[in-house]
Amino acid sequence: MAHHAVWGLVLATFVAAFVEFVEALTIVLAMGLTRGWRSALAGTGAALVALAGFTAVVGYALATWLPRSALQLVVGVLLLIFGLQWLRKAILRSAGLKAQHDETQEYREQTQAARAAGEQRRFGLDWFGFVVSFKGVFLEGVEVVFIVITFGLNAGNVPVAAASALVAGLVVAAAGVVASRPLSAVPENTLKYAVGLLLATYGTFWSVEGLGVLHGGRSLEWPGGDLALPVILAGWLVLSRILVTVLPKVRAREKVGA
Amino acid sequence: MSIVRAIGRFAYDFVIGDDWKIAAAVVSALLVGALLLVAGVPAVAVVLVTAGLVAAAFTAAMVIDVRR
Repeated sequence: MAHHAVWGLVLATFVAAFVEFVEALTIVLAMGLTRGWRSALAGTGAALVALAGFTAVVGYALATWLPRSALQLVVGVLLLIFGLQWLRKAILRSAGLKAQHDETQEYREQTQAARAAGEQRRFGLDWFGFVVSFKGVFLEGVEVVFIVITFGLNAGNVPVAAASALVAGLVVAAAGVVASRPLSAVPENTLKYAVGLLLATYGTFWSVEGLGVLHGGRSLEWPGGDLALPVILAGWLVLSRILVTVLPKVRAREKVGA
Repeated sequence: MSIVRAIGRFAYDFVIGDDWKIAAAVVSALLVGALLLVAGVPAVAVVLVTAGLVAAAFTAAMVIDVRR
């Protein structure tokens, strides 16, 4: 794999994993501080074990059963939908058409819900703290696993993708231990915008290559090969900036017309 | 049954997300690309046209979203 492709892989998985881990950390901190650390950490640990099993099964199934072009098509389509969802939210937020995501607000809502919930103990654990921590870490973790598997398999380097996500997880965990509060200083909206662009870029590249499954089973080739990636990235960036400028005018015209 | 429903809801939220129009835009653009390929259009043209269609379909989905 070319050097720029490796760095693209490292950057994309690191940033995407970082954003997801910040969201998971917000939930675990809210549970730990309001319902007790024992239940929050037990939920986190159980979710990590479940994630490891999920990764092994899904990764093995994808790598073993699907030919390369079919794999590119399936994961490319998923990645593209995933990336465009992130990009959609980032564009709407940048255009002032949607409220900015705020980890402090999220943390406040989580802690209020945790305080309002009743006491129920199972296996010696506060069940609310355990379940909410488990769900938060597992759901955010599945997104990271999905990104690691798709990027890793397509780029032919799962270990690099997994290592990038692991480093992101360690950085977020360390920051969480030091801060013991939500990482609201992280420019999450900007990061999500960048991740949306990266996921949309790789998703476009792979899903279109994967159409080759209908053309003799061999992946289609982009003009210029991997060099098409920065061009696609630039294309998504330009389109998103145009939409950030144009969409508020569309909304305003619609309001006037209504 | 509730587990099946929960898995289904999780899969829908995970894949389709907040706006189903985005998924519909991607799938329709790629379907057109697939049809062009099957119809014998040269692969390089299919690559470029499909990429353009994905961008156009995404733009259309965003405009529809904002106009509502």
